[in-house]
Amino acid sequence: MSDPDTGPAGRSHGETAPLSAIRLNVNDQVRRLEVDPRTSLLDALREHLRLSGTKKGCDHGQCGACTVLVNGRRVNSCLSLAVMHEDDEIVTIEGLGDPDHLHPMQRAFVENDGFQCGYCTPGQICSAVGMLAEVAAGWPSHATTDVASPQMALTDEEIRERMSGNICRCAAYPNIVAAIRGTAEGGTQ
Amino acid sequence: MRSFTYERATDARAAVAAVSRDGAKFISGGTNLLDLMKLDIEKPSHLVDISRLPLRDIEELPDGGLYIGAQAANSEVAADARVRTRYPVLSEALVSGASGQLRNKASTGGNLLQRTRCPYFYDTAAGCNKRDPGSGCSAIGGFNRIHAILGASESCIATHPSDMAVALAVLDAEIELLDADGAVRRVAIADFHRLPGDTPHIETVLRPGEMITGVLLPAPPPGRQRYRKVRDRASYEFALVSVAAVVSTTDRGTIDEARVAFGGVAHKPWRSAEAEAALTGRPATMDTYRAAAEAAMRDAVGQGHNDFKIELARRTLCRTLAQVAGAAEPGAG
Amino acid sequence: MIGHAVDRVDGPLKATGRAAYAYEHWEAGRPLYGFIVGATIGKGRITRIDTEDAEGAPGVHLVMTHLNAPVQGPRDESVSFEYWRAQPELTGPDVHHYGEPVALVVAGTLEQARAAADLVEVEYSTGRGRFDFGEYEDDVYIPKVVNAGLPTDTEVGDFQAGFDNAEVKVDQHYTTPYEFSLPIEPNACLAEPRGEDLVVYVSSQIVNAARASVAATLRMNPERVHVVAPFVGGGFGSKLGIHSETILAALAARTLNRPVKVAMTRQQVFQLVGMRPISSQRVRLGAERDGRLTAIAHDVTMHTNPDIEYAEQTAATTRSLYAAPHRLTSHRLAALDLPRGTDVRAPGEAPGMLAVESAMDELADALGMDPVELRIRNEPTVDPERNVPYSDRHLVDCLREGARRFGWENRPATPASVREGRWLIGYGMSAAIRGHFQGPTAVRVRLEADGTAVVRTDMTDIGTGTYTILTQVAAEGLGLPLDRVRIELGLSDLPASWGSGGSWGATNSCTATHRACMALREKLLEAARGDARSPLHGLSPAEAVFSDGDVGIGGATETLGEIVARSHPEGLEAEGQVRYMGDEPNYSDYSINTYGAHFAEVGVDADTAEIRLRRMLGVFSVGRVFNPKTTRSQLIGGMVWGVGAALEEEAVVDPRSGAFVNRDLAGYLVPVHADITDVDAVVLDGYDDKANVLGAKGVGEVGICGAGASVVNAVFNATGVRVRDFPVTIEKVLPGLPPLDA
Repeated sequence: MSDPDTGPAGRSHGETAPLSAIRLNVNDQVRRLEVDPRTSLLDALREHLRLSGTKKGCDHGQCGACTVLVNGRRVNSCLSLAVMHEDDEIVTIEGLGDPDHLHPMQRAFVENDGFQCGYCTPGQICSAVGMLAEVAAGWPSHATTDVASPQMALTDEEIRERMSGNICRCAAYPNIVAAIRGTAEGGTQ
Repeated sequence: MRSFTYERATDARAAVAAVSRDGAKFISGGTNLLDLMKLDIEKPSHLVDISRLPLRDIEELPDGGLYIGAQAANSEVAADARVRTRYPVLSEALVSGASGQLRNKASTGGNLLQRTRCPYFYDTAAGCNKRDPGSGCSAIGGFNRIHAILGASESCIATHPSDMAVALAVLDAEIELLDADGAVRRVAIADFHRLPGDTPHIETVLRPGEMITGVLLPAPPPGRQRYRKVRDRASYEFALVSVAAVVSTTDRGTIDEARVAFGGVAHKPWRSAEAEAALTGRPATMDTYRAAAEAAMRDAVGQGHNDFKIELARRTLCRTLAQVAGAAEPGAG
Repeated sequence: MIGHAVDRVDGPLKATGRAAYAYEHWEAGRPLYGFIVGATIGKGRITRIDTEDAEGAPGVHLVMTHLNAPVQGPRDESVSFEYWRAQPELTGPDVHHYGEPVALVVAGTLEQARAAADLVEVEYSTGRGRFDFGEYEDDVYIPKVVNAGLPTDTEVGDFQAGFDNAEVKVDQHYTTPYEFSLPIEPNACLAEPRGEDLVVYVSSQIVNAARASVAATLRMNPERVHVVAPFVGGGFGSKLGIHSETILAALAARTLNRPVKVAMTRQQVFQLVGMRPISSQRVRLGAERDGRLTAIAHDVTMHTNPDIEYAEQTAATTRSLYAAPHRLTSHRLAALDLPRGTDVRAPGEAPGMLAVESAMDELADALGMDPVELRIRNEPTVDPERNVPYSDRHLVDCLREGARRFGWENRPATPASVREGRWLIGYGMSAAIRGHFQGPTAVRVRLEADGTAVVRTDMTDIGTGTYTILTQVAAEGLGLPLDRVRIELGLSDLPASWGSGGSWGATNSCTATHRACMALREKLLEAARGDARSPLHGLSPAEAVFSDGDVGIGGATETLGEIVARSHPEGLEAEGQVRYMGDEPNYSDYSINTYGAHFAEVGVDADTAEIRLRRMLGVFSVGRVFNPKTTRSQLIGGMVWGVGAALEEEAVVDPRSGAFVNRDLAGYLVPVHADITDVDAVVLDGYDDKANVLGAKGVGEVGICGAGASVVNAVFNATGVRVRDFPVTIEKVLPGLPPLDA
């Protein structure tokens, strides 16, 4: 996956850092690639591995479209360097399911019309999957009345607060909440 | 983003040794540093990745306190049962910040070192003494709705954006630092961040090459704790004003001890000794809270767009005090 | 099939990340990456531009500036529709607004291009710019027409006399801020040269316009420009036209003879795409004591860019909404050295109705009348300015049904009278109206010998559900199961449409699809009737029933596939069209609109003035609905935009530089999940036979019309504080709150 175009052009001032060879575990596959150390995890997925299901909406952690699961936790892939993820287990939207084998959350989004343009959708879905795991682990949120209580009820208010890092400009919010609630109640995680 | 070389530190001593290189910086969660590097505001030539150092644990201290490793993610700290039961103000502050995804990446140490969200700091074409010392402060006379009302200077009116640090301020936390020689020192949270003065680019007392290894929480203070964050949007926004309060009252309704800090109002988490003095030994009534709010904001100065934050801070403090010192008011999230 | 709540047919692709958006096509192999360098002054001239360091930076292939950019076709004002006009880039040293592109850096990787962009050195001589709307608000001119060719001013009766004689009056000023569309996919383009041709993968709402403006700007034969836009990550107006990233990518690709892709950064979107103009609006309402309006005036002043005039039709809905004998509307423009104004979802209607429906609430308050009743009392019988009948007006039905479903009777009768814990509770409502439009659109439907149908048009699906509703319309039109219809969209080599915009996309493309299907039916029946091998041979086509892939006449049936396989083994095709509305008598003989009523409940924190939506309901009349599921989604989306406009959205210009200060998604707030509680939309059954043969009308924008006013009216009901400077934020409500209680 090294890039033939990084070398020849330009009168190089010799200030560029050498490419870093890294090994990522993406969707249960070991992927080896050589990247500029500046490459974000997001751009490594999109531009090097051509896994463009993970979206770039703001590139600054302000929209959530780039959300992927790293070692089971949802994170913004735009604010992470690919070189920092050696051997991490990364799951992207492509790894959750494909059109013929939808993940329950993906199916719920389709059935509940949890999107319109679809661009924030992969991030919403990955975030929702990671979020339900956080709830299952008993993590509190800003919507939790008493953070000291180990009991966690997945109310709509909790879902909305916990999903607030994923902006949907089409504003499919009520349908997204319905999809997540349905998936959680279905227990098909 | 400028080119840089990258290395992953294998232990803390190696990390501080590696960062002694000119232009080197630590990277951990990256949620603020990469944000700034993409805009050429931060321009490290070498990054030392400390995210995998074994500084992630949260441990009991012999004095009844808690030690939080600097690499513990914000979400991990917020979810820790000991934090939630003994230091709920910290858990509340953490979950009110950023988003679930960001809290999973952002580290405890990195949160303390967050830089301001002043839009002029973010705009490399605008003058900013913090980003480019001597270039002026565009926020003064500019759009300054989110800016400081306390402790600002003619050089800088930026605020510190952290919620976590405001809670740490009322918990009298200490920051543990490791230097290149392997020496460990502790700095009280109150002394860690600096006011802008005429050197707003120097934001903390961290010395070159020092690394935050952990945060020490003393045994929980007596009384009830609360973090209250006020913002336009219901979530995913920095505080316009926030209040962390810990208040204990006697059976007769007198305030024994009170700790109060504000977020979103100054260049650092703003612990208000004035408010605390106005509360201690007084009856837990709205009159007392109003007096404390007046005391806390006595030296507050608006910059135009942010004038409202003075009254907003007063009112937020009063209500928060009423909640922690008065009758329980559940669900007042 | 039409009217069924069918799941989006493209849903599985989108939900699995398999739908490819503009920046994500790899057919052309590995592209080069472009990065835009924007001006850091608001007005002036480039005096020196030094690209040497950038050109020498690793991986850089090209640094394009006004010094070496190819000559381009000028913006051609004679092209009648805005979005079909050329938009040249890097044409000279003059800087017209902050952030205007001054260079494009092209390199092997994004990291290299972005780093080299920072090495382009530009020196400017800074001119004195006009940046502050408040300063130039009175220095206005009168545009010839406003957006969509609507008249600038209108006058009916004698407004001044009517207003002077009114028993109860409202005379208030309202202001609305600069607002941005901000779809989550930033504007992006991948341009790929193929010999003399250019393939342009672009995030575009109107493919035909993209082709025309790219071709004119690059001085190419339009036939050689091939636009590809199968998926578009939202538009809301910001992708109606072609923007700098597309022209720059195309220029660089042609210069280098390599595929080049360019995406705007989120920050650049704020400077390069255009925004809803800032507005100052004076609304005057005069009424009798019984609430009947006698005089309505709506006078609007907005900003425009000096070179590219844009006059949002902010007072236009006021012309059709309520009855009153004496009326006045006007639009004025103040030229500022800012990015151009452009269509942002419900242009004119959204900010205009925010003001007017606030004023109606003020009038209801002055009269001591229920705001729903006030609106019902002013229901017109004919369009009061055009003096033509309404085609299918159901505003009163929306108001009544909404009030019933929402429980409007529980509204606090007195402002600031209901408190729950720390929350002050209020109800608000507003009416909604939006014109319905039609534009030239062609669709080709082809039946294959295997009995499947393919629908082809350059129409786009920007999240609106085009793939799904065209599937439904074609399935119904040909009597096919849904899974035997395939839709191909977003390619400029397909029949041209008016694209997605103005809420016209669904009805244009569905009507044309329906007509194509009807024409195809004729061809099928003709083929069968004349073919001795067909069981339908010689039977009367008037009795034909198309169902489940078969054609039946009497007891005889044959599958569509058999007819096609025998008569036209290569496939059988027909085209359907709709005309420009100016050529359809109904659109001049009737006032054709969509309608709605919004109801909102808010809580306002009695201590901090934080405003939180508690619930919201919209009831709409939009004619016939193609798909209730996607329709509801679009309407809810619009309503949420109303919430954003009411409470959050505002781009702030620094009058010293002309830059937008809060130009990212942390500074420019749009609603997040936690802001949007219980929001629902309900559509009344309907059929507007004047709109088109399917009886349907657009739904993309009526959801936002008036929506914000229901929220701000609820804030007034909760607090007694009337804010007229939108959005309604904490600092504007706080001073009106009661002192802290114990």
